[in-house]
Amino acid sequence: MKFSDLLFLAFSSLIRYPLRTMMLLIATSIGVMAVILLTAVGEGARDYITSEFRDLGTNLIIVIPGKNETSGGGGPADFAGLAPRDLTVEDAISLRQIDTIKAIAPIVLGEMPASFGGFERDVPVIGTTPEFLRVRRWEMREGDFLPGVTLDRSPPVCAIGKEVEKELFGTSRAIGQWLRVGDRRCRVTGIIDSDGRAIGIDVQKIVVMPVSLVTALFNRPSLFRIIAEAESRIYMDQIKKDIIRIIKKRHQGKEDITVVRQDTVMASFDNIFNVLTMALASIASISLFVAGILIMNVMLVAVSQRQSEIGLLKAIGAKNRQISNLFLTEAILLSGSGAILGLILGHSITLSLKTIFPTYNFLPPTWASVVSLFVALICGALFGLIPARRAAKLDPVIALSGEK
Amino acid sequence: MIQLKNLSREFQVGNQVVHALDAIDLAISEGEYVSIMGVSGCGKTTLLNILGLLDTPSSGDYILSGINTSEMNDDEMANIRSTKIGFIFQSFHLIPRLTAAENVEIPMILAGHSQKMRAEKVAQALARVNLTDRSDHRPEQLSGGERQRVAIARSIVMEPEVLLADEPTGNLDSTSGSEIVELIEELNQGGLTLILVTHDKEIGKRSNRVIRLLDGKIIFNQTQQGI
Repeated sequence: MKFSDLLFLAFSSLIRYPLRTMMLLIATSIGVMAVILLTAVGEGARDYITSEFRDLGTNLIIVIPGKNETSGGGGPADFAGLAPRDLTVEDAISLRQIDTIKAIAPIVLGEMPASFGGFERDVPVIGTTPEFLRVRRWEMREGDFLPGVTLDRSPPVCAIGKEVEKELFGTSRAIGQWLRVGDRRCRVTGIIDSDGRAIGIDVQKIVVMPVSLVTALFNRPSLFRIIAEAESRIYMDQIKKDIIRIIKKRHQGKEDITVVRQDTVMASFDNIFNVLTMALASIASISLFVAGILIMNVMLVAVSQRQSEIGLLKAIGAKNRQISNLFLTEAILLSGSGAILGLILGHSITLSLKTIFPTYNFLPPTWASVVSLFVALICGALFGLIPARRAAKLDPVIALSGEK
Repeated sequence: MIQLKNLSREFQVGNQVVHALDAIDLAISEGEYVSIMGVSGCGKTTLLNILGLLDTPSSGDYILSGINTSEMNDDEMANIRSTKIGFIFQSFHLIPRLTAAENVEIPMILAGHSQKMRAEKVAQALARVNLTDRSDHRPEQLSGGERQRVAIARSIVMEPEVLLADEPTGNLDSTSGSEIVELIEELNQGGLTLILVTHDKEIGKRSNRVIRLLDGKIIFNQTQQGI
């Protein structure tokens, strides 16, 4: 029997029982669709989280105040009043002695009312140095990002996000104006063009000021963190050790900071979300499996319904293998077209979700489509095997007299 | 051409062993027109099934064209059914979702013949049973007599040597029944060996030879004058 004839015969019986075929197609397509949708959500979440780190430059080392011990908090040190010391601008300055560090960007964070003319609004304020621009890979739409600012020099300047510009300055030109932030005034020197988020804050809504100005503004010397950029990847581990050594010395021998490499953080986030996506995919493939069992049951019913047909085929010369191939082809055809239907459904739903929720990413990974298609086909073949065997082993005499 | 030697077929029904065929000896030569008659349960359908290689004897030998069929495996028997034997059934056994032409085509599809050869042979077979104009109809659009003619076309499309008919007129009115009988008799006159199971004494009388079965034994086996 030729393959095209096999397909024709299998196809003709699928068309003959449209309700049955529809139900099985729906069952399989729901399975595949679930895989696509859940992995899209998982991948979207991964992208959402890691984009935070991906936007950063390369070869970055992040210094965070406090040390995460595996023993957890509440140890004797806390009771003895040995809480971690603040990470300060002076600490950041001390890191200048490591000559393989290309740039140091300290970060201070807070919220303050900012006002211009009659308008006032609360804005997130970031205190840092010009290096921050490169580290975050921001673009300026206009003007300069904190000109003349260094770790120890803080002229009263600031850069603002696009939304701040629109809401406080309206149509008038912002560059060169004096913006009041809390009880300080600073001259707007630049407007940041970038969108998205930095450290969980919408870039369009922020005001960026020199680091020392912000610590004074909040009357609090502690830094949120320090970001250091290495000359090259090969120095990173050495720099990490040097940072710990220098800060430890400055903090009376206490190692009260955590130093992480941005690339390892990103890698572990990546790992976590890959595992999450895989877990979602395997949960979804249970529904594929269920669809496979459904196909098996319906095919078993079909075998007993079509006994006389099987008997006839044997009487006119069909070999056992041909009979089993026929039923197997039917099962695979069912699961295959169900899978394709599911792929179409899954992808169109993620597309429409994307337009409804543009801020959240739905990224159906390619492997999910490929894998779910194959799993569906394999399910169809495996679960089609038992009915196909049963059909092939049918005694033609009994099958023929089994009637209609 | 067909030789049965001491052939028995037993069925286990509950605790009892039923002898559907009991030590039968029979020889049928090429081109014969044989009718097998007898009351229900006498074993005539079992005999036909064994002749058609759908069933295998419990003991004894069935020699078809010089080959002992007891040594054949499933695939070899399928091959013989495909190439040497044609079947006609009381209830036609057409596949409802396929057209008349497609139903006729199936034996050739199973045998793996080319599209071109199939189209040619199917057209010939349908012409032979006078159904060329109904070839695109599905079984449900055809009358009983037409359905049986489709089944006959299907049985001859592979050009078999033996035609086995199990009560071919059983589901038909007398007019279309006699049309069918005339048709298969014509095929027999063309050289095809015809073995026919029937209740109908009138049909029995038309055949060259009548075999009567009772309780699995041949009680009457006689050649008679033709029509």
